[in-house]
Amino acid sequence: MATMSMIQALNSALDVKLTDDPDVLTFGEDIGYFGGVFRVTEGLQKKHGEKRCFDTPISEGGIIAAAIGMGAYGLRPVAEIQFADYILPAFDQLVSEAARLRYRSGGEFWAPITVRAPYGGGIFGGQTHSQSPEALFAHVTGLCTVIPSNPYDAKGLLIAAIESNDPVIFLEPKRIYNGPFDGHHDRQVKTWASHPKSEVPEGHYVVPLGKAATVREGRTVTVLAYGTMVHVAAAAIEEAGIDAELIDLRSIVPLDVETIVQSVTKTGRCVIVHEASRFAGFGGELSALVQERCFFHLKSPILRVTGWDTPYPHAFEWDYFPGPARVAKALKQAMED
Amino acid sequence: MFRVCPPFDLYIPAPSARPGDAPDFSHLAIPPAGACPRPDVTAAASSVRDLAYGLVRVLDEDGRAVGPWAPKIAPETLRQGLRAMMQTRLFEDRMFRSHRQGKTSFFMKSTGEEAIGAAQSMVLGPRDMCFPTYRVLSWLMARGYPLIDLVNQIFSNERDPLHGRQLPILYSARKYGFYSISGNLGSRFGHAVGWAMASAYKKDDSLALAYIGEGSTAEGDFHEALTFASVYHAPVILAVTNNQWAISSYAGIAGADETTFAAKAAGYGLPGLRVDGNDFLAVWAATEWAVARAKANLGATLIEFFTYRVAGHSTSDDPTRYRPADEPVKWPLGDPVQRLKAHLITIGEWDEARHTQCEAELTEAVRSAAKEGEAVGTLGQSKPPVSEMFEGVFEKPDWRVREQRDELGV
Repeated sequence: MATMSMIQALNSALDVKLTDDPDVLTFGEDIGYFGGVFRVTEGLQKKHGEKRCFDTPISEGGIIAAAIGMGAYGLRPVAEIQFADYILPAFDQLVSEAARLRYRSGGEFWAPITVRAPYGGGIFGGQTHSQSPEALFAHVTGLCTVIPSNPYDAKGLLIAAIESNDPVIFLEPKRIYNGPFDGHHDRQVKTWASHPKSEVPEGHYVVPLGKAATVREGRTVTVLAYGTMVHVAAAAIEEAGIDAELIDLRSIVPLDVETIVQSVTKTGRCVIVHEASRFAGFGGELSALVQERCFFHLKSPILRVTGWDTPYPHAFEWDYFPGPARVAKALKQAMED
Repeated sequence: MFRVCPPFDLYIPAPSARPGDAPDFSHLAIPPAGACPRPDVTAAASSVRDLAYGLVRVLDEDGRAVGPWAPKIAPETLRQGLRAMMQTRLFEDRMFRSHRQGKTSFFMKSTGEEAIGAAQSMVLGPRDMCFPTYRVLSWLMARGYPLIDLVNQIFSNERDPLHGRQLPILYSARKYGFYSISGNLGSRFGHAVGWAMASAYKKDDSLALAYIGEGSTAEGDFHEALTFASVYHAPVILAVTNNQWAISSYAGIAGADETTFAAKAAGYGLPGLRVDGNDFLAVWAATEWAVARAKANLGATLIEFFTYRVAGHSTSDDPTRYRPADEPVKWPLGDPVQRLKAHLITIGEWDEARHTQCEAELTEAVRSAAKEGEAVGTLGQSKPPVSEMFEGVFEKPDWRVREQRDELGV
């Protein structure tokens, strides 16, 4: 065991797979010699050679197209998109090609690719370095979408993603790369060092895709969250003094609907939290699933705490971000209804 | 401020002829066969730029193979190529009629372009991978893909090799070096480059061949793929089939009036060849050149195959609505089947009687496959088990797929 930040854990996952499997290689903008703008690939080119970890042209469509071709050949490419906000030029490749190749070819070709992208807000990155586009991918049949919330999960999920024979969009909440963030932006920044989930095995292990984690057990209300919002929700639960059950979804496709249903059946209340804007966001799907499967157990309306339906703003970051005060307010409302 | 020049005027390109006009190909510069020089395969890309503005042609008006590009091909191999092209045309004519009879939902023909896929399929090896468009059926014909499997796919019947999931003719045939086709144009061009990069990464010798239409070169995918092919010296052949028409838009709408498609290679530091796509021997020779170059670790070659789409885009359009009805027969580079036939006769390896007999055999093979497919069932009469709709979404179905399959009761 070692104490790792999320960046170190992700680096370790790539290192393990590059060591394990000669068919794994990784590429993206600035990830080779320099080690990536967030340092996730630092040292990997030096250790594994320039053919295993290399720089690409600034061409997200080209990066993903090349990855799909490599995957069809038989490799397990891991592509980095520098920010999830920049993934859209590759959207056609992901939606029309990676997600559909196995199906349309009758199983003759498939795309075992992993697409990593720093994602989410909280770093004053403005509109083009802060967005949470997970709902765009969750809607596409054939893609898996994974969002870790801590170093241990990040490493185990990334290894699972690389070993998966389906295409995986791996979204890394960049605000928690270096430490957990509970939404109190005015307080001192924490590191991962004192967090139990920063204890990370140095070798190979897997956190399976599609298994949610119950972060906190509780009896009165279920909170569904992923990524940075797991930490925000945990803080809000403590501050509201409510005996809530907090579920970290970890992957939204595949989704661990069983754990969600078990929890809401027990608590009878559900609050869904995500950074992305609300309308047609992934919270809408979660809300529908809970309503369909737990209706007769519900004691109050399902609530969503999300980013507003505006583009991600700059000066108004903390007005936009669904922080602990807004989550706590929703928890209280759920209990009152 | 006062104006010192006339106001701007938006330019909209237009083809030389529309319905009612006489076909006009006078703007095309077509050099005689044999006129184009053949540089060594190790030549620097910068030294062969003229090739992008010329036209590699081997077969002359008398059916002789002339000039430095004339390849050495055994007569039996030439006859195989001719058979593949004839088989393609006869099969497509039959399936086009099947569409008109309501036996399938959609069909597309490659009439006039058969030399390209056939010759390339025969030059490339069994471990190479072609990333086709929907107009490269002759690739499969040259490799003996079973006609019945094509028919079953086109009819989306119980024996459809793609399990009823894909539009007719968007085949996939991995064992035949034929990647899955998509209806999204140009989107697999970069996959070929990725395949080639993977082959190089594994120190393999599997080449990739990518096809794209001239119209789709306007997509970003084309330029992204050329960038990657150039940057990583990928062993890939990048083929633009310039068949003059993208549905109703003439090649000028994709920029053909301003330069050639082969010339796009220069901006990426790649060699670009412009080749008579209706000349089986020229296609063969240019492909051999590009293969030799890739095998010498000199990376990618862009080849523009200059050809003509004789049929409509698909069963969904009537080409006489946007171009002169007699334009196809006036195409100055002729018919690839007739030209290869003439060559074989000229060299004493074929004659009219053998041609007629061959055509009868191939027609019978098509008829027999169509009948066999019809016996299984045409569209709507027969289909794979509906459970196939839920297979292959993921490697293993998730709960959504399982639940919805139960909900539908399959």
